[in-house]
Amino acid sequence: MIAVIRFPGSNCDLDAVHALGEVVGVPVELVWHENFKPSRYGGVILPGGFSYGDHLRGGVIAAFSPAMEGVKEMAEQGKPVLGICNGFQTLLEAELLPGALLKNEDLYFKCKWVNLKVESTESFFTKRMKAGSVFRIPIAHGEGRYFISDDGYRELEKNKQIVFRYVDDSGRPAEQSNPNGSFYNIAGIRNKGGNVLGMMPHPERASEAILGGEGGKPILEAFKSQGL
Amino acid sequence: MARKKKAQEAGPKALNVDLTKDEQLKVRELLGREPNEVEWGMIDIMWSEHCSYKSSRPSLKLLPTAGERVLLGPGFDSGIVDIGKGWGVAFKIETHNHPSAIDPYGGSATGIGGIVRDILAVGAFPVCFLDSLHFGSLESPHSQWLFRYVVKGVGDYGNCIGVPTTAGEIQFDESFERNCLVNVACAGFVKHDEIVKGDAKDVGDILILVGGSTGRDGVHGVTFASRNLDEASEEDRPAVQIPDPFTKKLIIDACSEAYGAKLVKAMKDLGGGGLTCASSEMAHKGKKGARIDISKVMVREKGMSPYDMLLSESQERMLFSTDKARLNSLLAIFKKYSLPHAVIGEITGDRNLTVVNGKEQIVCLPTHILAEVPVVERAKKEPKREKEHASVPEPKGIEPLLLKMLSSENICSRRWVYQQYDHEVGDRSAIKAGNGDASVMLAPNGGAVAFTSDSNSTHCHVDPYEGSVGVIAEALRNITASGARAISIVDNLSFGNPEKPEVFWSFHESVRGIADAAKAFETPCVGGNVSFYNEDDVTKLAIKPAPVIVMLGMMEDRGDMRTPALAEGDSIVVLGLTKPEMGGSEYHRVVHRTLAGEVPKVDLKLEKKTADFVLSNLDKISALHDCSKGGLLVALAEMCISGKIGAETDSSKVLSKCKRFDELAFSESHGRYIIGTKEPERLVAEAKKKGIDAAVIGKASGGKFVFGSYSWGLEDLFDSWEFSMWKVMGGKP
Repeated sequence: MIAVIRFPGSNCDLDAVHALGEVVGVPVELVWHENFKPSRYGGVILPGGFSYGDHLRGGVIAAFSPAMEGVKEMAEQGKPVLGICNGFQTLLEAELLPGALLKNEDLYFKCKWVNLKVESTESFFTKRMKAGSVFRIPIAHGEGRYFISDDGYRELEKNKQIVFRYVDDSGRPAEQSNPNGSFYNIAGIRNKGGNVLGMMPHPERASEAILGGEGGKPILEAFKSQGL
Repeated sequence: MARKKKAQEAGPKALNVDLTKDEQLKVRELLGREPNEVEWGMIDIMWSEHCSYKSSRPSLKLLPTAGERVLLGPGFDSGIVDIGKGWGVAFKIETHNHPSAIDPYGGSATGIGGIVRDILAVGAFPVCFLDSLHFGSLESPHSQWLFRYVVKGVGDYGNCIGVPTTAGEIQFDESFERNCLVNVACAGFVKHDEIVKGDAKDVGDILILVGGSTGRDGVHGVTFASRNLDEASEEDRPAVQIPDPFTKKLIIDACSEAYGAKLVKAMKDLGGGGLTCASSEMAHKGKKGARIDISKVMVREKGMSPYDMLLSESQERMLFSTDKARLNSLLAIFKKYSLPHAVIGEITGDRNLTVVNGKEQIVCLPTHILAEVPVVERAKKEPKREKEHASVPEPKGIEPLLLKMLSSENICSRRWVYQQYDHEVGDRSAIKAGNGDASVMLAPNGGAVAFTSDSNSTHCHVDPYEGSVGVIAEALRNITASGARAISIVDNLSFGNPEKPEVFWSFHESVRGIADAAKAFETPCVGGNVSFYNEDDVTKLAIKPAPVIVMLGMMEDRGDMRTPALAEGDSIVVLGLTKPEMGGSEYHRVVHRTLAGEVPKVDLKLEKKTADFVLSNLDKISALHDCSKGGLLVALAEMCISGKIGAETDSSKVLSKCKRFDELAFSESHGRYIIGTKEPERLVAEAKKKGIDAAVIGKASGGKFVFGSYSWGLEDLFDSWEFSMWKVMGGKP
């Protein structure tokens, strides 16, 4: 069973439940943050959208929810943890992943489809994807500009922790294809163990052809191995 | 409130109300005594134009409101229409014009916040917003300021509560320079057996106030909205409410949980008129009374008077009623979401609204005095109309004109706007903002629903009747072009001061047009809103008439979805006849700076027949686009841009009564669709059998758009259309 945690004000929680349960076919449960018991689940999703109205900044209050202790426990046990958009912000605030997310470079909220390139297949969520492949997926955020120190960046590079980058149609991480001013076009990173992935784009919105494409579906399908 | 204070200072005897002398006499007569100060305040807001529809009601009776799909008609927080398999769609539209003209960010955000409560109040789960926005010229710095922050307000609020803004429209016209229009619509899905109504029918049921605390913001917001703007309006900023989308999101989730467990018996949102309006209407609709103890109301600040508490329009509040048996389960849900809540009273059998403050009685008014406001008969007078034919010089070439039209503020790409809205949250947006003539959302019954919002203040200014018929015809074509069958409408009617006979005449003509078209198209009107007094006393500027129609369509088979995107090898067919109907056209406005002339007329029967024809021939149609603002040439260019492909078309093949080439290119005649098809001959033959004009005019191919002897590179078309708004407003495309 996979848990999707609902914090007060979460708003892509039901979308994650829908995509995982009805599209991918993995047993999934929506869990109120106060009732989260990590031992019951084989994996967990911190959903996108907002949490706590994103007062102060995205994901920061959710990071102090007792549920995050359970998420940390699962991460340490090597269970898969996926943070989407606001969930990525929460993973950074909870220091499960390095770096920070700043306001988009031009200060506008952006909802649009972008190209994403698979930079690393050495993670739980991308091991079945093709290295270097490019797929379409939507973003929707106001605070998605990934930032990290130069040293931190070298560390990410060395450990192959950069999982996705924003690229143009020919697969290059061009300035034009960077929607928010992220450092080196970074769209998603993993922990060293490869079981924790944070990403700004929304795979739960890119899992059905009728909603515009299925490029993000393999990320959710990875949960199948943890399903029961 | 600045103006109210002035009235108070004028002397102790001066009544602190906006009611006319006659209305004051009527109140005393109905009540049989002099109301106290708090009661006057409550009557004042309930008798305001905004709450009572006292001027508009007689005209609104013309609208068709019944139909076999109508589950809940006008008179409730929102209408509900059946979409099959046990599911309904609740939808409603409102304006927040006056607040947005003073505080565009707070005004538009609370507009969104207000309309979502109407959907929640009937037991539905909100799934999308539409916004119809009108501003002065985009070149005006004041309009840019209003535009920027209205869009930000809609975006920030909608994004936070996780309800996508999936469609809308924006019009720019000088008449909206001071009075911008912010129309917002919301729709939600509801199971037939979970519909909740705002009528409390059982004596002893408990009233619970939930959500935001009550502050002094928005006190007398509705009387503010029932007056023209003037220099003192800036001081009315306290009449604009403060948005809190996080609390709203908690209310949405709590409502959803409470409905699922069937814990709610009746419900009202607290919007215009606040607690006074919600409690009196809930009791009155159930033919009962209510008793409220305002000492129980959660307040934001100390020292609030009963007057402030009863009239406050603080946001994010809902009034629930339930019976004693279910009360604790309901309260447990509010506790789970940390939502402030208080049991404030109960339903009574006496048909009075009684308000006490602890032990002291403050108010006791029969609910009918608050909920049944006498109609005001307004005079109507037809104004001088710019009907004479406009003689404009015939241009030499149309190449630069098409680029100018595509970059016009009323035609160019709206991506700068909808990219700021999360228009995909909910995993239901199948035809997304910018990709189709209507927004198509996946429905829980296995099918889909389509929404569009349309208006045309230029046509309605020249001829309010024909213009309004045209608006609803355009909505019908937009819904049809997405592949859905139109089933219902809601309308929002923004006009100037109804006390002016010319304004009221325009209003009445507009309603008459909507009524005639809605009957012909079999799309009953299940709700709406009227906004008068959109005038500015300083500049003496009144808005052009702005009826906005939001139309709902449904499709049982999701395979019926169509978009305007042409594909390689599509033959291009034009349905309908192009006529020299140039009055109020975007071409005349942009290129020749005139609005004179006759506006396009709708043939209601033919319009409906054409829509039915399109729907029954979808199997032969691969791309589909409505032809309206900007005319044929703009519509063709949009289909090329959308499909990223050129087209070769022969202008002489277009069926037309135009003598001039610019008229053929830019006329906004109704009843026309452009179709991409692999079976052009069969389609044209079928159309002719039905008596519908149809002709094959060319094919989609290559990287150029050719129309007769003119041609454009696809990139030039794209650049003109895509970037003109970004150039003015900034940001990274």
